[in-house]
This record gives sequence, C-alpha cells and structure tokens, in this order.
Amino acid sequence: MATDTETLTASGYIQHHLQNLTFGVHPENGLSIAHGAKEAQEMGFWAIHLDSMFWSILLGAFFIWLFKKGAERATSGVPGPLQNFVEILVDFADGSVKETFHGKNDLIGPLALTIAVWVFLMNLMDLVPVDWIPALATAIGIPYMKVVPTTDVNVTLGMSLSVFFLIIYYSLKIKGVSGFAAELALQPFSSDNKAVKFLFIPVNLLLEGVGLIAKPISLALRLFGNLYAGELIFILIALLPFYVQWMLSVPWAIFHILVIVLQAFIFMMLTIVYLSMAHEHH
Amino acid sequence: MNLNLTLIGQAISFAIFVVFCMKYVWPPIISAMRERQAKIAQGLADAEQGEQRRAEAEQEITGLLQDAKTQAAEIISQAQKRSNEIVEEAKDAARTEGDRIKVAAQAEIEQEVVRAKEDLRKQVGTIALTGAEKILNAEVNPKAHDKILDELIAQI
Repeated sequence: MATDTETLTASGYIQHHLQNLTFGVHPENGLSIAHGAKEAQEMGFWAIHLDSMFWSILLGAFFIWLFKKGAERATSGVPGPLQNFVEILVDFADGSVKETFHGKNDLIGPLALTIAVWVFLMNLMDLVPVDWIPALATAIGIPYMKVVPTTDVNVTLGMSLSVFFLIIYYSLKIKGVSGFAAELALQPFSSDNKAVKFLFIPVNLLLEGVGLIAKPISLALRLFGNLYAGELIFILIALLPFYVQWMLSVPWAIFHILVIVLQAFIFMMLTIVYLSMAHEHH
Repeated sequence: MNLNLTLIGQAISFAIFVVFCMKYVWPPIISAMRERQAKIAQGLADAEQGEQRRAEAEQEITGLLQDAKTQAAEIISQAQKRSNEIVEEAKDAARTEGDRIKVAAQAEIEQEVVRAKEDLRKQVGTIALTGAEKILNAEVNPKAHDKILDELIAQI
C-alpha cells in the first residue's frame, strides 16, 4: 500500500490515502508523478490530479450516457423504467428550479440536474470501501488513488467558481454594469441624505464584496469539508482490526448515505438560489 | 491539498457536461414530460366531456321513453274506444239485420198461410163434392155445378 517514501504506519496510511495522484512538472524530477505530499506541493499550480479528473470525468460521462439513453427513448406515451428514473430526477431538478427561480433561463435547469446527479455520483464513491480501488491501483502500478473527487478541494472549487462566473455573468447581463455596481455599493446601508449615502459606499462594498466572494468559497468548502471528513472517518475506521470495522463503518456508511444526498442537494439548491438572486432586481 | 490545474480541468469538464445536458438530455425529456402532461390533461377533459354527454343522452332517453309511454297509452285508449265503437256498430247492424229477417219471415209466413188457406179451401170443396156425390149417389156433372161449387169454395 505504501511506497518507499512512506512507512506502513497509521499516519503513513492515512497520508497515503489522502494523497492525490498528482502529475506535473517537478523542479528536480521534471514531468512526473509526485511521490508524496511534499513533491506535489513543489509542483505548484501547474500540476493536475489525475485520479480526481479521471473519476470525475468518468462519473460525469456515466451521468450523461445514462440520461442521454433515457432521453433518446423518451416518449410522451407510457415510459419505461429508465425513462421513469430519468424523468423523476429531471422533474425533481425542474421542480426545484421552478420553486426558487422565476425568470426564463434555459441553462439553469440542466445546470441543476447536472450538479445534483454528478455531485451525487462523485459523493457516492465515498461508500466504496476505502481500500478496494487504491489497492487495485497499487497492484497495477499506480501509487496513489483517491477515488472520491469531491474530497479534492480543486474539484469542488472548480465547480463553485463556474457557478460564481455564472452569477457574475447573469448579474451583469440582467442588471447591467451600473445596476450590479449599485447593488454592491448602495446596499445594505442606504440613506436619503446624499453625503451619508456616499459615506456608506465603502462599508457596503466591503460587506457585499465579502458576501459575493463567500458564495463560491462556502459552496466549495461545504461540499469538500463534508466529504473529506466522511472519507477521513472511513480511513480511520479502516485502521481498526478487521473484525470490529463493521461495527463502526456500517453505521457511518448508513449515515453517510444521508450526507452524500444532502450535500448534492445543497450544492444544487444553493446554485439555483444564487443564480435567482443574480436575476432579481432590487 | 494544493490548488492546481485540477480546478480548471474540473471547471472545463463541468461546462462540457452542463452544455451537453442542456443540448441533448434536458429538452427531449422535458418535452416528453410536457407532452404527456398535455395528453393526460386532454384525456381527463375528454373523459369529463364524455361523462357529461352520457348524462345528457340518459336524460334524453328518459324523455323519449316517457313520450313513447304516453303515446302508447294514448294509442291503446284510442284503440279501445274504436273497438267499442266497432262492437256497438256491429251490434246495431246485427239488430237491424235481425229485424229485417224477422219481417221478411213474417211476410213469408203470412203468404204461406194465405196459400195454405187457399189450398185447404180447394180441397174442402173437392171433398165436399165427393161427399155430396156419394150422398146423392148420382152423377153430378161437375161442369153443371161448377158455379155452385165455386160459390161453396168461396164460402168456406
């Protein structure tokens, strides 16, 4: 399980499990796969987590493949089982969007559906016993393998920053530059007195700016934190003797079923809420 | 836990998946669902309309049935009246016919009586003549006494 750089200790085991398969340009080794957290750190920004990307794209492609299959068979007559399943999820996403978002936007429904299903699938990987896939990967010569993409902060932040970009884009599109700027500068404190109003601008900008920046960060860190913590607990449980593991891992897994669905739902719901806020005039 | 290119890679794949979902997954499913909704709504509306029509038809049937019943009753009563009339007419006709036959029979009887009387008279004349011949034992010339005999016959 462990490579040469890590001994088979408890902390080594945990560290190994929390290490991504990082591929990038190392200042000494050149273009290579990082061995250990230190080397990965040294690679800096221009490196990529092959395992996170592989699993997230695989799961995303699975989602698209499954739903495309459902969409191809979609009829307005009696639906088959796959169509039923797909329709339930589409209807769920559509319902959530309609509840919160009252504008007209063709993007937000598919966006919500993609987030809900994709994030759920990525979270679901957390329920695969922690050693199965990494052990298999080690057997075929891959030193590190983190199978839950949402325990990688890059993945969650990548998605939340995309959402953030959409928030900015729609804010500017719907309200215009001046409208968006006014929203940032003249709220929440305002006054009828012009001078006081002017004085409030920096305070408002600070508050609203922090609020705006906090959106993608909280969105990413909430999902990442929940899944990372869940994964860590599974790893810790895996350190116990095998005959007592089930006593802890089974209840935690059952509890985690709730967490993974809830986190996927929250990510979807908050995205809808943020985008509907971006569409609203004040 | 370092930020690196994975972030951008994830953002790109996210965008691709969302666009793909928006283009090829979402529209057919949503349109199929909307269509089915419309179909079901139409079906329900049709069913309601059908039910309404059925009720109307039932009402119409009841009305028609009532009409038919009253008409039938009317026809029956008319027929009864007519039959009574026919019976009465027949009775009348029979009575007059009977009367006529009776009168004719009486007339015939009277004629018969008159003829019988005539015959009887003639026979009595003959018998009387024969009786007289026997009594007188002599030949009576019927020719000579025709006048007397006729008078006798007329007297009887």
